[in-house]
Amino acid sequence: MKMSVKPAASSSQAIISLDRVGVSFPVYHGGSRSLKKAILARSSAGRIARDANDRVTIDALRDVTLSLRTGDRLALIGANGAGKTTLLRVMAGVYEPVTGTVEIRGRISPMFDIGLGIDVELSGYDNIRLRGLLLGLSSQDIEGRLSEIAEFTELGDYLDMPMRTYSSGMMLRLTFAVATCYEPEILLIDEWILAGDAHFIAKAQRRIDFFVDKASVLVLASHNLEICRRWCNRGLWMAQGQVRSFGSIDSVIAGYEAGAA
Amino acid sequence: MSTGTQAGRRGDVRLAMQDVVDGLALWPLWIRLGWNDILQRYRRSVLGPFWLTVSMAVMVVALGVVYAGIFKITLRDFIPFLCVGLIVWGYISTTLSEAGGLFTGAESYIKQIRLPYSLYVCRFIWSKVIIFAHNFVIYFGIISYFHVWPGSAALYAIPGFLIVTLNGALASTYLGIVSARFRDIPQIVASVVQIVFFVTPIMWKPELLGARSHLMTWNPFHHLIEIVRAPLLGQVPSLENYVAAGVITAANVLVAAAFFSRFRARIAYWL
Repeated sequence: MKMSVKPAASSSQAIISLDRVGVSFPVYHGGSRSLKKAILARSSAGRIARDANDRVTIDALRDVTLSLRTGDRLALIGANGAGKTTLLRVMAGVYEPVTGTVEIRGRISPMFDIGLGIDVELSGYDNIRLRGLLLGLSSQDIEGRLSEIAEFTELGDYLDMPMRTYSSGMMLRLTFAVATCYEPEILLIDEWILAGDAHFIAKAQRRIDFFVDKASVLVLASHNLEICRRWCNRGLWMAQGQVRSFGSIDSVIAGYEAGAA
Repeated sequence: MSTGTQAGRRGDVRLAMQDVVDGLALWPLWIRLGWNDILQRYRRSVLGPFWLTVSMAVMVVALGVVYAGIFKITLRDFIPFLCVGLIVWGYISTTLSEAGGLFTGAESYIKQIRLPYSLYVCRFIWSKVIIFAHNFVIYFGIISYFHVWPGSAALYAIPGFLIVTLNGALASTYLGIVSARFRDIPQIVASVVQIVFFVTPIMWKPELLGARSHLMTWNPFHHLIEIVRAPLLGQVPSLENYVAAGVITAANVLVAAAFFSRFRARIAYWL
C-alpha cells in the first residue's frame, strides 16, 4: 500500500500515475461490525466465529494501471457500479489503495459533492470563506477573490443572508462559484447535474470550458458520451472494477458503444 | 488487511507524521470548523454557548450546597474544589465520550476530499477547549464570591491544562479510529466515563478515603484533574501527580501513534 501526493513544482509536471491499484471494501453488516463478534471470533471456534470471520469484501478496483500527464483529459465511462467513482476517489487521495501504488503530483480539485462543507446557518459570504479554506485556499486568497466570486453568483445582497434562505439553485451558484474560482492542476469531476436556470447553466458551461482549458489534467466520470467527447482526449472504459480499454477517446467510446449494443 | 513489510511500516509512520504536520498547519480551517460546531448547536438562542456556563453554574451551586452539608464541610472549602473539579472533569469526559464520533461524524468530508485526518482531531479538541473556556468563567465568579485567591501557584494550571489537552487529543485519536471500525466502542466509553466520575475525587475530597486514599495513586484521572485543579485552588501539584501524568502521556503517545500509523489509511474504508 503506497500513496504519495505532492504539490507540483510547476503545473507542467502535473501527473497521475496508478500502478496495479486494487481497492476492496469490507462490508460490515449489522452485527459483524460489533466488537463482541470480533472478540468471540478469537476466543471461540463455534458458529459465531465463522460468522464473524466470514467477512464479505467487494473488489471495487482490480489491477488498475494508468498514467496521465499534463494535457491529458480522461473520460471514465462504464456502467453503474463499474468503479468510476471509486477510481476518482483514489485519484483524489480519499482511498489509499489496498494493493498497488498511486502517485499524484499537482494540486487536486475534487468536484464530487457540490454541497460539501456548506453550513446553511451561515451567511453566503461566510460559506464562501469556509469552502475556500476547505479547498486549500489561504484566507488572503479568499478575500482577494471574494468580489469576483460574489459577482459570479449574481446573488447580490442575498450573500449577507443565512444560506437556509436560499433556493437550491442559488446554493448551487454559490458552491459552483467557489469551486471554480481558482486554477486547479488536477480537476476531478464526478457526474453531477446542473440544476440552475438556463442563464446560469450557460454561464456555468462557459466557466467549465474555461476551467477545463486551464486544468492541466482533467478526469471526468460521466454517462454523457457527448460531454466526454467534447471535453476529453482520452478514454478509460471500466467494467467490474477493471480496465476494459484505455486509449484515445474516440476508440474507447467506439468500443464501449459496440460492447454495450 | 495484510501485515506490511518493515519498509511498509516505516512508510506508514512517515505518512502518519506528515498527516499530523499538515493537519496542524491547517489551523485556520479547524479553528473555523470547531467554532461552527459550537455555534451550530446554539444558533438563534439568546445566550448561545453561555447556556453551558449557566447549566454548569447551577450544577456547581446545587451540588455544592447539598454535598457540603453531607460531608459537613464549609461551603467556602467545598464549592471552589467542586467547581474546578467539575469544569475539568466536564472537559475530560465530554472529550472521551464524544471522541467516538470524531471520524464517523466527518464522513461526508472524509469521503469527498483529502484532508489530513489529524485536522478532524484538532477541530474536535478545539471545540472542546471553547466549551471549557465558557465554563471557566464560573471559576472567576466562585473565587471572587468566596474571596479565595490562588496566588501565583495558579500558573501551574497552564502546563496542567496543556497536558490534559494533549492527552485528550491522543486518546480521542485512537478512540475515534477504533469507533469507526467497531460501533459499540462509544457505548463502552460512555459507561466507563460514568463510573470514573464516581470513583474519582470530584464530588468528594480524596482525604475522605482515609486510610485508603493511596488508592487514588492508581486512578489516572485523579492525577490529570489534580494538575489543573490544585493550582487553581492555590496549591502546587505533587511530584507524584506530575510523574503519573508523564506516564499517562507517554502511554497515550505510544497507543495513539501505533493506531494512527497502522490504521490511518483504513479510516475512509470503514466509514
